Amino acid sequence: MNAMDTVEVKEGVDQETVDAVKELSGNYKYGWETEIEMEYAPKGVNTDIVRLISSKNNEPEWMTDWRLSAFARWENIEEPTWAMVNYPDIDFQDIYYYARPKSMEEKPKSLDEVDPKLLATYEKLGIPLKEQMILAGVEGAEDVPAEGRKVAVDAVFDSVSVGTTFQKELEKAGVIFCSISEAIEKHPELVKKYLGTVVPPSDNFYATLNSAVFSDGSFVYVPPGVRCPMELSTYFRINAENTGQFERTLIIADKGSYVSYLEGCTAPKRDTAQLHAAVVEIIVEEDAEVKYSTVQNWYPGDEDGNGGIYNFVTKRADCRGDRAKVMWTQVETGSAVTWKYPSCILRGNDSQGEFYSIAIANNMQQADTGTKMVHLGKNTKSRIVSKGISAGKAQNTYRGLVSMHPKAKDSRNYTQCDSLLIGDKCGAHTVPYIEVRNNSSRVEHEATTSKVDDDQLFYCRQRGMDEEEAVALVVNGFCKDVLQALPMEFAMEAQALVAISLEGSVG
Amino acid sequence: MALAKMKADTTEARLSGLSLPEGAAWANAARADAMDRVCRMGLPTKRDEYWKYTDPTTLTAPDAAEAALFHNDEGPLFDAVDRLKIVFVDGVFDAEASDDLAGEGIEIARLADAMSADIHWAKDLYGVLEARGQQPVERPLAALNTAMATDGVVIQATGKVGKPINLIYLHKDVRSDAVLHNLVKVEAGAEVTLLETGPAAARFSKQLEVEVADGGAFHHVRAQGRDHERRAVTHCFARIGAASTFKSFTLTFNGVLTRNECVLEIIGDEAVAHVAGACVGDGGDFHHDDTVFITHDAVNCESRQVFKKVLRNGATGVFQGKILVKEGAQKTDGYQISQSLLLDEDSQFLAKPELEIYADDVACSHGSTSGAIDEDALFYLRSRGVHPDEARTLLTLAFLAEALEEIDNEVLAEDLRDRLEGWLARHS
Repeated sequence: MNAMDTVEVKEGVDQETVDAVKELSGNYKYGWETEIEMEYAPKGVNTDIVRLISSKNNEPEWMTDWRLSAFARWENIEEPTWAMVNYPDIDFQDIYYYARPKSMEEKPKSLDEVDPKLLATYEKLGIPLKEQMILAGVEGAEDVPAEGRKVAVDAVFDSVSVGTTFQKELEKAGVIFCSISEAIEKHPELVKKYLGTVVPPSDNFYATLNSAVFSDGSFVYVPPGVRCPMELSTYFRINAENTGQFERTLIIADKGSYVSYLEGCTAPKRDTAQLHAAVVEIIVEEDAEVKYSTVQNWYPGDEDGNGGIYNFVTKRADCRGDRAKVMWTQVETGSAVTWKYPSCILRGNDSQGEFYSIAIANNMQQADTGTKMVHLGKNTKSRIVSKGISAGKAQNTYRGLVSMHPKAKDSRNYTQCDSLLIGDKCGAHTVPYIEVRNNSSRVEHEATTSKVDDDQLFYCRQRGMDEEEAVALVVNGFCKDVLQALPMEFAMEAQALVAISLEGSVG
Repeated sequence: MALAKMKADTTEARLSGLSLPEGAAWANAARADAMDRVCRMGLPTKRDEYWKYTDPTTLTAPDAAEAALFHNDEGPLFDAVDRLKIVFVDGVFDAEASDDLAGEGIEIARLADAMSADIHWAKDLYGVLEARGQQPVERPLAALNTAMATDGVVIQATGKVGKPINLIYLHKDVRSDAVLHNLVKVEAGAEVTLLETGPAAARFSKQLEVEVADGGAFHHVRAQGRDHERRAVTHCFARIGAASTFKSFTLTFNGVLTRNECVLEIIGDEAVAHVAGACVGDGGDFHHDDTVFITHDAVNCESRQVFKKVLRNGATGVFQGKILVKEGAQKTDGYQISQSLLLDEDSQFLAKPELEIYADDVACSHGSTSGAIDEDALFYLRSRGVHPDEARTLLTLAFLAEALEEIDNEVLAEDLRDRLEGWLARHS
């Protein structure tokens, strides 16, 4: 959504990706910092910090207690080491757990009251906050017929959700889309009922930490039978140095509803590594459907592996009702270290889970990502399509679980994991776990590892493309299955990102 | 790092009262080294990632659980083949029942004798491949075998050996706890076939270390007992030289718990390594685990892993396979397939087929499937007048065929196919 806005898109060949590559010429496009006064809590984490975050968000006591119990638990568990990633030990007491732009001490009533510098930040990022017309029309945007597809944005600037657009139109449909802190304040019954039911505070080291210190995030509730009139979108952006960002996203799709949610992120250039530990929980009730798409292009660190984001995310969807459906699509091109396994719990009978992923690791990046499909209900279906691309000295791992419970009769899984290697210094790994505990279910798993096909490259070169263009084209073809699963806006951006991320990896 | 308490307790309980066997100085040193490895790693517990799907408790318990003797009503396996028989009863060499340890192009000795000799080629192999195989995944039970084994054979093939060598493991004591360690050294250009048959003991720890020099060929066909209650952990460590061939096939009938680990290291260019296995299991006690780790550290090599499991009445099948392609091991052709046929609702198949690849010009793939007998195929056969039971047997044999095809010697393959048919007939 951002990278593509400034570049003309031509037909056919990825001319745009090539332009984008040139434009970047070795520098991270979004590597700048906005000078906005920040308000920090002291470094480190302890019960006081947890209380402080809670009080800054005006949370009720039950929420504070929830955080504190998570924190107590976190102090007694150890960081997981099973992933195929190496990074220096993280000093969890050397991180800011709370930072927000100072001008935001009072929350803005409308976007007009938002710090103009902040809005300028988004403009640089190309977030369609402004251009989308409706943004300007926080008051009365619904009168203007929106052109093309509409996207509602809940922007998170470091830790505090800054402004939410499209509120009114969403309100009309009965959809609640706000920051999680607002939801705790205004819809405590919903938050209380659902928060932590998909990813319990005890889930894993990073999820537990997030439960204790999450500062903000997004909340979506789609009431029964409602088809959300627009795609919902959140832009995360880490801005202040040494700030861990701990968002919490909670999406509830009530019976028979539908929502498509987009998440995209960029982060400015930093020398010291930054930590990001988010939790996303999705509840899908009977006959409901949720699509969750991510384009992640956080700062990956420089060519020698200095800096970059540590991305340790827990994402899980729970298909509670029959015929519930969830679809994860992700394009992971950024971050120095990625540790992310968006999962589906297929509890309802006939429920469906899908996972489409492109993970690109270049230079010194390390990605350990995949999915879990837990089949509990009868006649449940899941599909996994994972495309991993390694270049430079990067390590890319697919790690996944497909589990067929004894009661998940007549279920079906199909998994395809393909890895592509560009250069002889990188690594591509596949670690699938397959657990089949009944015989009426069919599970199929396929994985391949190969290099960019010489014949295809030769063909492209013969048509006058340079090597980088040719590789970008072949790689985009390799990723096609996943790119097609993305919503339109994201597909364009993702295609460009694929090429940008591989820049400098050939020749 | 201190071992977790559970691991420390398990290790201590198992090792208490054990003393290392005595032999020549080099043998004592090799055993002491192995014991050091055991102490450093600790014995596996069910909380270890590598034992996620198989509970090692009965394998690490101080004493072996009782296993009833099974009276086989079939004749000995591979009787149609002229072979050199070496018999072990509950893990102890039986000279009377065995043939003369001699043959053309081959030198065979009892492990106990080799380990007592001051100078012996076994020195360069015993525990050496096992120690190398401890990276990157620890295999403490193999180290324990190296430390404690007193019996077994050491085989040196210097030419093309005509007769297969058949190690026959008999089980006569319901509480026997056998530890065997075999070494095979295939010299450049030499060729040998090793057969292993029989239940061996109530609890059986067996290790095979194989070195195949350039241009050599090693064929290995193994049938693990039948309808017995044995618990076994076996390891095969092999180092494979240039343009050489390594082929191993294992057929497992029942048994309570079987864990077969195969660790291959391909160090010479243009080598071929195949590991295959078929297993048929009936009943909730049956647990069969194939764990394979193939390392490619040379150019233009081929590896295959073909594993098929037929499971019924609550049986469990496990497959953990890995292909590791090291940096520079270009033109690697690696393929891995693990499939299970679940004949009823209670059986389960747990698989972890892994790839770890650090070279770009490779073609590596794996596939894994699990499911019931194909109803359409069954219907087709029935519509041709085939009885349902017979149709199921046919389809089951067809399912296992891909693994059996990995046996080059057709006479041996046919013998195993007959046994399989018999088993399926008894268990239908």
